[in-house]
Amino acid sequence: MIMTDTPLNLIGAVLTLFGSMFLFLGALGIIRMPDLYNKMQAGTKATTLGNILTLMGLGLLMPGWLPKIILIILFVLITNPISSHALARAAHKAGLPLAEGSVLDQLREDEDNVAAFEAEATAASGSAAESGKEVDG
Amino acid sequence: MVDLILKAALVFAGMGVALATVQLLRGPDAPNRAVALDVLTLITMPLLVGLAIHAGRIIYLDVALVYAVLAFLGVVALARYYDRGI
Repeated sequence: MIMTDTPLNLIGAVLTLFGSMFLFLGALGIIRMPDLYNKMQAGTKATTLGNILTLMGLGLLMPGWLPKIILIILFVLITNPISSHALARAAHKAGLPLAEGSVLDQLREDEDNVAAFEAEATAASGSAAESGKEVDG
Repeated sequence: MVDLILKAALVFAGMGVALATVQLLRGPDAPNRAVALDVLTLITMPLLVGLAIHAGRIIYLDVALVYAVLAFLGVVALARYYDRGI
């Protein structure tokens, strides 16, 4: 449909253009980045921002539809970090390697700490059970 | 002017769809493809809203909303499957 050149429509169109640029850059990022976690960083943050900007711009083009579009924006804003977080955690647990040159893997360190703590706890409880037996004997 | 800017935005979004599809077909393993699928759904959602405005039917916004819900559920289900199986 043909849009008239009112200031509100111009603002909406420029927001849509910026948002679609972010969408394109996010899609470029998932091709160029070396590693799944870097890909997820490019493909989630940039595309969430692009999605929100584009939907906001399209909503300014049709102000009567703005409440419903804001509903979609809120839904994306809430659910997209959750899904990417779950995916990143699952990939890390499945053992996908980090890119060469990565210097820090705090989730691996946390898992190692928890494993060491649990091993220590089971050893302590085992010795406690043995000492309890000795007391009973 | 507004129409021209919107056409440029459509070209950018279309290139994004093309790149994400390439990554979806190329990705060496399943989590990479899941990320590409996530990006693809996020790009398709504004395209659906643009289609609703082009057609002038507000009912298509519901299509976009249901698409967002199903994309979220799909990615979470995939992540759970990689994590510990269904």
